[in-house]
Amino acid sequence: MQKLSILCFLVFLSLPLAAQKKPAPKPKAPAASAGASKSIAAGKQIYSQYCLSCHQADGGGVQNMNPPLIKTSYVLGDKTRLTKVLLNGLQDVDIDGEPYNNVMPSHDFLTDQQIADVLTFVRNSFGNKATAVSAAEVKAVRAANKK
Amino acid sequence: MKKNLTRYLLLPAALVGSLSLYALTTPPTLVADANNAGLKLPTGFSALVVAETGARPRHLTITPQGNIYVKLNRVNKSGQGILMLQPTSGGKAEVKTGFGNYGGTGMYYKDGYLYASSDQEVFRYKLNDKGEVTNPSQPEKIVTGLINRRQHESKSIVLDNAGNVYVNVGAYSNSCQQRDRQKGSLGQPNCPILDSAGGVWQFKANQMNQTYGNGKRYVTGLRNVVGLDWNQQDNQLFVMQHGRDQLHDIFPDLYDAKQSAQLPAECMYAVKPGDNAGWPYMYYDQVQQKKILAPEYGGDGKKEADTKFIDPAAAFPGHMAPNGLLFYTGNMFPERYKNGAFIAFHGSWNRAPEPQAGYFVVFQPFKNGKPDGKWEVFADNFAGAPEKVASGRADHRPCGLAQAPDGSLYVTDDAKGTIYRIFYNKK
Repeated sequence: MQKLSILCFLVFLSLPLAAQKKPAPKPKAPAASAGASKSIAAGKQIYSQYCLSCHQADGGGVQNMNPPLIKTSYVLGDKTRLTKVLLNGLQDVDIDGEPYNNVMPSHDFLTDQQIADVLTFVRNSFGNKATAVSAAEVKAVRAANKK
Repeated sequence: MKKNLTRYLLLPAALVGSLSLYALTTPPTLVADANNAGLKLPTGFSALVVAETGARPRHLTITPQGNIYVKLNRVNKSGQGILMLQPTSGGKAEVKTGFGNYGGTGMYYKDGYLYASSDQEVFRYKLNDKGEVTNPSQPEKIVTGLINRRQHESKSIVLDNAGNVYVNVGAYSNSCQQRDRQKGSLGQPNCPILDSAGGVWQFKANQMNQTYGNGKRYVTGLRNVVGLDWNQQDNQLFVMQHGRDQLHDIFPDLYDAKQSAQLPAECMYAVKPGDNAGWPYMYYDQVQQKKILAPEYGGDGKKEADTKFIDPAAAFPGHMAPNGLLFYTGNMFPERYKNGAFIAFHGSWNRAPEPQAGYFVVFQPFKNGKPDGKWEVFADNFAGAPEKVASGRADHRPCGLAQAPDGSLYVTDDAKGTIYRIFYNKK
């Protein structure tokens, strides 16, 4: 027990160090938990069914029409904002300086779990690496969104 | 003696003078790029890159003097939305000047004027006898206040021979659903979008500040037209419609992904004043060769639409995005091309997960002013490779077409900014 807490303490100490080292070999991201892998696999199905026709199989979108999902501020940034895009749709917004003229419809008919899965998939595909989105987080955003 | 000497001196001077005049009036020799600029063309045709604009050129037009005017989708770094290029050598050209502080698509030359459109206005510029714009910063604003809600924003333009300009106002919607592109959402009754969009409007070419009230809704029920041209044989407007998207996404129980990739047709319409092409209430199914009631309005993929809607003059595979239409009236190409239609297909996105298609220039043969026979691919490989067509990650995407005074064909690419010139090698 004591050993474990020392270990935890050491890891805690080394975190800011790791963050500072710029070209450091990427510390192996904590292996995606079984839950996250399951979520990514389920999310892939949702993506193919509801997202792919606009955002394309490679997540690259369509110039001037449908935004790419590759390392954009929307995808990698604030999870609440990203969740709201699915719940409410998106229109008339430039993304990272580029205009996209198509309309994204609301996908509020997806369940909290489905939205969590597809967002986790998108945030961990096409070269993206970002934290998972949980059904509980989606539920909270949806509840606040209704006000 | 002195007089005689002057005479002798004058003679060669006159010769040189007339020779240079001759050089000015003789078309320059066209030199093909080594690999035809990467394009695949029918036997006897060659291509060269006229210029790299580094921008996103949409439509272009060429004056009788050979000056090339190109409309940019967005202004370049210098804040210019129109580029003017002049010929250099071998058929190439270089940018001489730029003006117009607005992005847009429309660019058309007619009778000493250059016409240009932003996404809500139409302007015109007076040209001098050298084909240069005389009022680059003070164009006449002939049309204003056209609706622009980003979706289908291009205000493509063409003129007839009677002083009218025709302007596309695309529908700001896919299929006039209550919730645009929403799965299962039904169509709005008596689609209100058609009041001010979803058609082509006619305005006077020489009147200032016209808006909807001054113009005439010339044809309605067109979802979005980017390529259009005036057919001189028929003295009639022809348009290419971008057909609706996402039959499968919106109505998965009625259409599978394959049908959704294939349908509906991209249609060419020959229009008369007052015509209705049927959007959003119908689409044209090129497989059944029928006008089909849209699923948003009670269709099931089989029920036919009201017969009052006009039939297409020609139908092409779905989603290929016809962005340029040009009736060929030149004398350079072989006789069979005369008065036929070239169509620039920008290339699809809405066929995913099926392979994408398009990214080429098509030729549709015509006879006596009517489409005659099947269309054929004329200029291919803008994408760079077949797998780049399939994935939709094309290197170049054809958009605008223009005919040069010598009869060669110019094509813009609004992905990388290349301007191509295709010509025929006389045998």
